[in-house]
Amino acid sequence: MLPSPISGTPARRPSPKKIMETILVLAHTENGGALAKSAREALHAAATLHKSLAGSKLVVGLIGENVQSAANSIAACPAIKYFGVTGADFSQSRYATDAAAAEAICKAAQATVVIAPATSRWARVLPGVAQRLGGRADTHVTGAAVADGKISVNRWYYRQRMEGVSTRTQRPWFIGIDPGSQTPCECGAGTAAVEMVAVNLTDASKRTTVIGIREPKADAQTIRPDAQLLFVTGAGWTKKQADGQTHVPEAEKLILGFLKQSRASLGSSKSLVDLGGEGQAVLPFLSHLNQVGQTGATPRHAKGLSTCCHGEEPHTVGWRFIGERRAVNLDPNCGWARGKADVLYIADAFKVIAKVNELLAGGKT
Amino acid sequence: MSTAYQIVVCGSIVPDPLQTLEPVASPTGPALKNEMMLPAVLDPWAGHALYEAANLAKNAPGTKVWLVSLGPKAKLQQVMMTVAQKVPFELVALDGSASGFTDATETAAALAEAITAIPGLDKSKLLVFGGWESASRGAGATMQIVGERLGIVDQFQGVDQLTVNADGSLEILERIEGGKHQVSKCAGAPALLGWATGNLPEPKNNPQVGMVNMRTVMPALQKAKPTKLAGEGLAFASVALPKQLRETQIVKDKSPDDIAKEIVEWIKK
Repeated sequence: MLPSPISGTPARRPSPKKIMETILVLAHTENGGALAKSAREALHAAATLHKSLAGSKLVVGLIGENVQSAANSIAACPAIKYFGVTGADFSQSRYATDAAAAEAICKAAQATVVIAPATSRWARVLPGVAQRLGGRADTHVTGAAVADGKISVNRWYYRQRMEGVSTRTQRPWFIGIDPGSQTPCECGAGTAAVEMVAVNLTDASKRTTVIGIREPKADAQTIRPDAQLLFVTGAGWTKKQADGQTHVPEAEKLILGFLKQSRASLGSSKSLVDLGGEGQAVLPFLSHLNQVGQTGATPRHAKGLSTCCHGEEPHTVGWRFIGERRAVNLDPNCGWARGKADVLYIADAFKVIAKVNELLAGGKT
Repeated sequence: MSTAYQIVVCGSIVPDPLQTLEPVASPTGPALKNEMMLPAVLDPWAGHALYEAANLAKNAPGTKVWLVSLGPKAKLQQVMMTVAQKVPFELVALDGSASGFTDATETAAALAEAITAIPGLDKSKLLVFGGWESASRGAGATMQIVGERLGIVDQFQGVDQLTVNADGSLEILERIEGGKHQVSKCAGAPALLGWATGNLPEPKNNPQVGMVNMRTVMPALQKAKPTKLAGEGLAFASVALPKQLRETQIVKDKSPDDIAKEIVEWIKK
């Protein structure tokens, strides 16, 4: 039986006077000047808070080489003002310049609550900006709400093992919204008047230069955040099979064949990606970037299929945001059987996936 | 010409990931049931940061590594018995809570103060390492605030690789969305790197390294400064375990062909 949730933990400080919040949505443009879906999710969360907080103001701050088209794309949102920091220096995802830009916008907007998508770019910067402005930051937030005139946020602790709801008295309060956790706003386009905020950069801000992006070739990219299905491979794929031999080349062919047919995103247990460091046979297309779990990613997909993985707790905490879950394993007592999967098939994954690939290739079920 | 760095690694302890964790209410806010009894390990990503620091030190003669760790003294001592056998470092210990429910800003303030107090620290040689997120709070916020407090604006998070170029510049690979890495070039120290997994395996225990480390670890633990994290302004309305334990259907008697058919139907649904 699960324990009762802890509730009513007393605040350590009396509630402050009611604040008329100025909610700033902070977003950066993508290549090409558009806003990512995650930015629209943050805007949706901010607009919802704004609607629930009487007397609050909603403003938008945008950073990028050019932000006008991004501002125009959300011009119909309830924001009363748009701020922008633009220029070639702000096209790069770089701590020093991003922090300076965010700080300038927060000051110009006199923001008390700053909501931003927890992209890698903002995650690098926002806690530091909160520190500069004497505020606080909460990251990986999966929900924000208003109760009794106070904002509260939901986030997970101990690598998605328990969920907490907390409030803060400090301002400005930076809230990083986990991408995929909110509905994107559907506010329409128009023409937005953007107030440009000047940022004076020193040479010290430019000691770092972004020189590129390293990624696998398009057909070799196995991490697909927008995929419906997460396909997880465990160390069992490289272990000795019933004939007493390992079948790593066959495993590689089956896994890549499945990814090609299903367009799933590939995840892995830590034990499988660690094998390379231990001198064992490895699946060459797997890296720590594929790792799901305690020391890996916590991806969001509608469905997840695990194969040859025991489903132990350090791995399955990474499945927190996977909807429907199925697993194929030879061990009926594996972790998946203990309430972690909806369906556990006791079977040889080599045989099952070979047949799945055949069916997917033939387009028949 | 190789540069000698001063590498300060921030890293604390977390409950062993195999342990079952359960939140309880305490007078100071949420805590874990039997928290002091739970076996602890070095925070995994901070561990990677420590191993990367040691590897860099091995290749850059004259480099020294410190491990600044905030946690309950008794638990730190237990964990250091193992960690100290891995790689050479000097411990700077702070005696306080390592709970995931503490505030990143307060933790960072204590860490930054401890770093600043390290004798002979030369900022022009300083590299601050740590895990990009902890396995407790998992905020990915502490390191950035430490950097701000130390005046370091060349910061990198989710780092998987650091290469020191011949001219002393640093080439850094950071994780970004979609399984990609951003490649940046930084002029050199000072810089702050929040490490992800990196590329190094966990070093094997080396009792000789352990004996050398323990000469400084025990005195550091004895003089660990008591550090209070008050959680000023932060209040928890609730902390709860997820209620989504699933009713697992275990399918034992189907052929691979039938299972495959069922899986394909499910994928396409």
